[in-house]
Amino acid sequence: MTTPQGVEGLLRELAPQVLGALIRRYGQFGDCEDAVQEALLAAALQWPEQGLPENPRGWLITVASRRLTDEVRGDSARRQREARAAALLPPEALHALSPDEDRSADQDDTLTLLFLCCHPALSPASQIALTLRAVGGLTTAQIARAFLVPEATMAQRISRAKASIKTAGARFSMPPDDERAERLRVVLHVLYLIFNEGYTASSGPDLQRADLTTEAIRLGRDIHRLLPDDGEVAGLLALMLLTDARRAARTLPDGSLIPLAEQDRQLWNQDQIREGVALVTDALSRAPVGPYQVQAAIAAIHDEAARAEETDWRQIVVLYDMLAGIAPNPMITLNQAVAVAMVDGPRAGLDLIATLDADERMAGHHRVEAVRAHLLELAGDPAAARASYRIAARRTTSLPEQRYLEARAARLIDVER
Amino acid sequence: MKYVVLIYSNPSTWETMPAAERDRVMGIHNRLIKELTESGEMLRVDGLAHPTGTKTIRLQDGAPVVTDGPFSEAKEQLAGVWAIDVDSIERAIEVSAPVAEYDTVEIRQLMDLSGLEM
Repeated sequence: MTTPQGVEGLLRELAPQVLGALIRRYGQFGDCEDAVQEALLAAALQWPEQGLPENPRGWLITVASRRLTDEVRGDSARRQREARAAALLPPEALHALSPDEDRSADQDDTLTLLFLCCHPALSPASQIALTLRAVGGLTTAQIARAFLVPEATMAQRISRAKASIKTAGARFSMPPDDERAERLRVVLHVLYLIFNEGYTASSGPDLQRADLTTEAIRLGRDIHRLLPDDGEVAGLLALMLLTDARRAARTLPDGSLIPLAEQDRQLWNQDQIREGVALVTDALSRAPVGPYQVQAAIAAIHDEAARAEETDWRQIVVLYDMLAGIAPNPMITLNQAVAVAMVDGPRAGLDLIATLDADERMAGHHRVEAVRAHLLELAGDPAAARASYRIAARRTTSLPEQRYLEARAARLIDVER
Repeated sequence: MKYVVLIYSNPSTWETMPAAERDRVMGIHNRLIKELTESGEMLRVDGLAHPTGTKTIRLQDGAPVVTDGPFSEAKEQLAGVWAIDVDSIERAIEVSAPVAEYDTVEIRQLMDLSGLEM
């Protein structure tokens, strides 16, 4: 437990509890969050060397409280505080008693904090940064590395986010009942954005970013534990598990992308698949159906096929119809086109894609052209397929996608020769 | 989304500009940079030295040959580069547009190392 990794895991778990305790005692979310961050940094330096304190949570609350009161008194310059964070703490801090608040409040605090960090007044980028720091217990440096921006930039984003929360007059309390469903939707969306940041980068030089996937799943588990009856919470957790289960198979060591149909399914994580399938099956059987559950169900069908040819595409078409009914958007139509092509043939899929050509939201989107290229290739029209792959390659801003699309186009030249 | 904002400028425009006007324009640039830094959208700002100091390298007969002066003969030369991280191309245009008062601004998106399987 006193390895740096063990300490880091413990700190991430304790972070929202400590922050919740501090806010309930002192108010002022922004200042408390800074104080907790400093306490976490101090602990990350000291605990691996000196061993865990008897009461880690009490230790963090004591140290963070002291930082907070220092800050309020205004008697310590930033540099001094940083120096002290690295220095030995007085012995009494190590024996600090757990403060007066009720231990059972911990779990509610995590949820309340998530609602606060994902406040609608914040931009998505700010919601993500603040959630990772205040609820996830990550340092600004770690978040900055994960998003490939300078630490100073990320620090600005976090302080701007806190200022926005203050301006919006948001409180550290659960949203009123009539806002709760919509606010939960935002929280789940932020988690899904964090997950995708990590998932799309699960190999190569971006490995650091892949930690975001783990973090999103961890937070997803927390919410699911607190709201076990919410079908969409379960659906999102299932979707993340079922998607992440394929992580080891989706790229080569050099970062090149492997399409689903060509992945080595032996590499898929069967434990995660079992867990995800159980979660989504249970949710669909008793909760009102929602988009995360349906997407998880689609992911489950892919994951349960031992070979690509065994995929139950008919069932996937039905689920995409359902999804288009609940949450219609052109990206769903695009995915639906693939499924339709697998059932009724590539021309049927191409006809469906043609309906997107007039859709401004998808105009110039590389994925439309990439899917069209793929279906044209299946339809036996290599010249048209090659042209579409080329257009898609020009439009994407992802290097691995560009490399993949160019390789597909080049392969078709060889076929024609 | 990450973009670079490439600012092309004609040095003579700036060399002949009255001091008060230059102060006004620089004030606008500095205010933009400050706002973008404080909002956590500015990743990096660089100003480039005068184009006369440019070295251009070309391959001639299989060997690199260095000449003085810029590669492009255009009057407008690259004068500054910003790297920004913003929510949309619309936002990138919005924050860069004031710079176009005297200079020409080009916005280019940076490639991402992440990707989705197709």
